[in-house]
Amino acid sequence: MIPEIGQFALILALILALVQGTLPLVGAAQGIPVWMFLSRRTAQGVFFFLILAFGCLIYSFIVNDFSVLNVASNSNTQLPLHYRIAASWGSHEGSILMWVFMLGLWSCAVSVFSRHLPEEVVARVLGVMGLVTAGLLLFLLFTSNPFERLFPVPTEGRDLNPLLQDPGMVLHPPMLYMGYVGFSVAFAFAVAALLGGRLDATWARWSRPWTTVAWCFLTVGIMIGSWWAYYELGWGGWWFWDPVENASLLPWLIGTALIHSLAVTEKRGTFKIWTVLLAICAFSLSLLGTFLVRSGVLTSVHAFTTDPRRGLFILVFLGLVIGGSLALFAFRAPRVGTQGKFEFISRETALLCNNILLAVACGTVLLGTLYPLFLDALNLGKISVGPPYFEAVFVPIMALLIVLMGIGAIARWKESPLAELWEKLRAPLAVTVVCAVALPLILGRTHWQSVALLALGFGMAFWIITTLIVSVTDRLRHLQGGLWYKLQRQPLSFWGMWFAHFGVAIFIIGVTVVKGFEAERDVRMTPGDVISVGDYAFRFVGIEDRQGPNYHAARGTFELLKDDKKVRNLYPEKRMYFAHGMPMTEAAIDSGFFGDRYVSLGEEINDGKGSWSVRVYYKPFITWLWGGCILMTLGGVLALSDRRYRVYARKPAKELLAGHTLPRPAH
Amino acid sequence: MFNEKRIAMKKKLLLLLPLLIFAVLASFFVVGLDRNPREIPSPLVGKPLPEFSLPTLDAPEQIVTKERFAGQVWLLNVWASWCVSCRSEHPLLLEYAKTNETPIIGLNYKDKMPDAKAWLQRYGNPYEMSIVDADGRFGIDLGVYGVPETFLIGKNGIISYKHIGPITEESLRNIIIPKIKELKQQ
Repeated sequence: MIPEIGQFALILALILALVQGTLPLVGAAQGIPVWMFLSRRTAQGVFFFLILAFGCLIYSFIVNDFSVLNVASNSNTQLPLHYRIAASWGSHEGSILMWVFMLGLWSCAVSVFSRHLPEEVVARVLGVMGLVTAGLLLFLLFTSNPFERLFPVPTEGRDLNPLLQDPGMVLHPPMLYMGYVGFSVAFAFAVAALLGGRLDATWARWSRPWTTVAWCFLTVGIMIGSWWAYYELGWGGWWFWDPVENASLLPWLIGTALIHSLAVTEKRGTFKIWTVLLAICAFSLSLLGTFLVRSGVLTSVHAFTTDPRRGLFILVFLGLVIGGSLALFAFRAPRVGTQGKFEFISRETALLCNNILLAVACGTVLLGTLYPLFLDALNLGKISVGPPYFEAVFVPIMALLIVLMGIGAIARWKESPLAELWEKLRAPLAVTVVCAVALPLILGRTHWQSVALLALGFGMAFWIITTLIVSVTDRLRHLQGGLWYKLQRQPLSFWGMWFAHFGVAIFIIGVTVVKGFEAERDVRMTPGDVISVGDYAFRFVGIEDRQGPNYHAARGTFELLKDDKKVRNLYPEKRMYFAHGMPMTEAAIDSGFFGDRYVSLGEEINDGKGSWSVRVYYKPFITWLWGGCILMTLGGVLALSDRRYRVYARKPAKELLAGHTLPRPAH
Repeated sequence: MFNEKRIAMKKKLLLLLPLLIFAVLASFFVVGLDRNPREIPSPLVGKPLPEFSLPTLDAPEQIVTKERFAGQVWLLNVWASWCVSCRSEHPLLLEYAKTNETPIIGLNYKDKMPDAKAWLQRYGNPYEMSIVDADGRFGIDLGVYGVPETFLIGKNGIISYKHIGPITEESLRNIIIPKIKELKQQ
């Protein structure tokens, strides 16, 4: 009964979404107010039915209703409750339902927080989102129904993929999807602007907070995914350039470019066409990511479901959404483009170059990800492109980007005299060069290659930090009063930029130190053996059997020693899940501010002495990677809390329009 | 006037560019949807295996040459720990290795030794040994397009078949195993 209610709710949501996607758009085009007003109510209605449907699915998982195919193939009576709930988005069907659910959530949020927008704009934005929702609901109902029944009803279900039975994997998809789907708002705003032919600073101000929220979610989502890969896959890597990881990086790169480009559009009224294109691309890449993962076009560790029929449906859907919006862009964009003027040496130029570099970085990652597909389609065989390619192309682009990042934070809008800029950048440049060269040597590296790589990494980080310091002192110079007072006077949006860039620096330090100083040992250990890695040593105490809720585990006990003193015990596990018969490695990690000590169990060695092959790692500063991502997200949150948004949110629309609209482009 | 028109025209074309790029991408996706790994003729098939002298993964101090495998039918499987599609063919290799029909020799291609060892430990080791081609030079001689690739080599040291991409159940059952049987009878 409950699954049928869920299914029925999905159908109702589809019908409402079709209304949401048509009438308000027609109403906006023809000037029919009643039809325009429909947009908010229908968006909220769609969301209501999506909550109902998602709730029904979670309920079916909680009560172990194995008559539902989805539950039977992804859950099990022995599965703990929290993983049963998480299992509802662990499957293909469930994750698509969650995708639509979040789209409903974002549409509903737009309908609530858009009181200050002109009705015409709201109608168009929600209309576009309604069309996307309807497309995905059709996909869900026709190719991947999460409520499909199974007869005869099995007494026990298969288990959730053991890889997904983990707190990181419970959080990762919702965060990532919130980010992916969040770009739909910026997308809808861009398409609405193209349809309405009105694209100005006000438009940019409306889109900005939505884009920033989505970007924050995506950043956290990617971070959790990387963290999960680090401790769950058991070999200490944190980024594999796997197609699915790349699929989440692509919209992040373009989203980052979009945030910066929107800032220019709002403040200076330029880059309009480019901003619109980025907004379309960010969401298109989110959809593409879903397509790549769900269609089986590319093989990947993450691709749990593959079905060409689904692939075809998504492809048609992609063609309509992306192709349609890009066609609209090609024909309508010429109308909106009066560009403001700026000199060559200015913050605009720095941001433009930053945008281009981010787009190029995105392009190279996209190329690397799709290259195997191209070759295959041209009958040149199936291959996979690995980290050697990505590292070779991605790092130089990022290095250039970082150089510009420092300049951009300091340069002035419109025109930044070269002499003045040089005056400000001199000190950071000197500090950066000295530190970058000295630090690797102080840390005891002598081989030119490793010195060069470390110097590059440290140089980038110091460049960001020193220029950030200059950007603060520069702003404070003209103010009177105490330091704290002066710092408080700076707008939160400035601190948002500051912390996000600082996060990048911290992230780079993390990557540089991990890459340069990590140590690993891969050894056979018999109880009593001690192995040292870095400043630490591990003593293997022994292995014991442990019974989990749905698995057996061999649990190892290791003593972590520093200077022959015991720091703590570590318990890595090798688990065998009953339902899948799949061994899983659970690494044990002693995490600290300056790095992780990491031990994971390999295989048992049958020598009668209880030996195991064991991998131990010392990962200095790896926590700075996650810390950097958190700082970036914090930057986004600070930018969102800026006073301007709160003030504007309260002001009625008319006042806003009168004060801030740039002249309409002549048709 | 004429010049202005040309600029406007150029701008229009520029704005069409994203759509065109997407159209190209989409057409690749359409073709890619029902693609399977395909065989392509390799210039090396029917020729002797190129010379090599490379260390092995388990014993880096030990150098192996192709003479070591003379007189037997064997499979040379190019793999790397960074290669995602290698993971999809790996269970098949493991299963086939259990039958002890033919030795499978790994060619660990452009990889780091610790990564490669960790990978084998994690996913299992079907290889009698893995030859290490860290800089990919032997890979160039072999004409490796990408990873994974698998070569079937006969008793006389001649490459009789090359499979590009991950081995699938069908390709193993319908092509590779019959060819191995054929070669063994020669």
